[in-house]
Amino acid sequence: MPVSVTSSKLIYDCLKDVGVRLMSALPETWLVHLIRMAEDDADMQLVRLAKEEEGVGISAGAHLAGTSSAMLMQNHGFLASVNGIVSCAQLYRIPLLMLITHRGEFGERDPWQTEGGGVTEHVLDALRIPYTKLDSPDHVSKRIHKAHTLAQSASRPVALLLCRDLMWEDA
Amino acid sequence: MKRRDAIESVFADLEQCVLVTIMGATAAEVQSIGHRPNFFYLQHAMGLASSMGLGIALTRPDLKVVVFDGDGSILMNLGGLTTLARYRPRNLVHVVFDNESLLSVGGFPTATATGTDIAGIATAAGVPKATTVSGIDDFRAAFLNALNGDELTTIVAKVEAVGPAAYVTDLSLLENRYQFQRYLKVRRPSQ
Repeated sequence: MPVSVTSSKLIYDCLKDVGVRLMSALPETWLVHLIRMAEDDADMQLVRLAKEEEGVGISAGAHLAGTSSAMLMQNHGFLASVNGIVSCAQLYRIPLLMLITHRGEFGERDPWQTEGGGVTEHVLDALRIPYTKLDSPDHVSKRIHKAHTLAQSASRPVALLLCRDLMWEDA
Repeated sequence: MKRRDAIESVFADLEQCVLVTIMGATAAEVQSIGHRPNFFYLQHAMGLASSMGLGIALTRPDLKVVVFDGDGSILMNLGGLTTLARYRPRNLVHVVFDNESLLSVGGFPTATATGTDIAGIATAAGVPKATTVSGIDDFRAAFLNALNGDELTTIVAKVEAVGPAAYVTDLSLLENRYQFQRYLKVRRPSQ
């Protein structure tokens, strides 16, 4: 599987570095290494979800209780979480650090992923969620740190789009 | 059994717990009995009160967490029951007030009115202990049992489809949120 272990490790280490101690996740191909890293880390509480929107509630509870968290999901999982994001995280000013795999971009081979890719950024814009792309290892650390900082200072959700050029080795 | 009476019967026992409730009637009834800084009312995001309770319970084993859920809310997040069951935090008591209706939006029947058994779903999802009660004494006994016990428990309390006249209270959402967060911070054990 050509999902990049190196990039996954870089992302994981940055998340640890900014203080993330709980990750909610619903598996998707590009996330396999990140999820395994969380599984193997005694200092990380991994919460496996049935559906991504649950992760909004879990992160909200963890935040109010004093733990920094991150959400790992596919863009279709983000689309499935919109009400929770709006009526829990935004309504109650909860910082969310959402790492969203940006499926359906240029280079996408799976026909079923192609609709989601085209709407993800528009939905993020409509929800007024600040986001940036992670598409090269060079800026991963800086952007994760900055995203986390803004989520905390604004007390709002932010998103990082994990892109093909970073996550997939034969992109 | 009326939900408000059921809540009142365990109100004193909530003092040392952390409470997360769903929106609307349940939140208003708790506040009509008395608001405390350790109570959080999720005034929207139906279905996520149990997920919030899980997030608190997993990260704060020092706390006993109680969730007041409803049939309409949990039916929107049945998958969340499988997540609760997967992690089965010992410090979480999950109460579902089941009035078999979406009371605040016209009283239309939920699926529990036509036979859906939430305690049965919870059991099948893997929640270690799930029970249905329909009288105050049984509710209070089941609640105290769960509170003093050491096992994730879902208690489905069958209640009448009646609620308060109004749902908006004078506690603002963000005031509640920051007060609750502060409470959890102050109670955090020193490390």
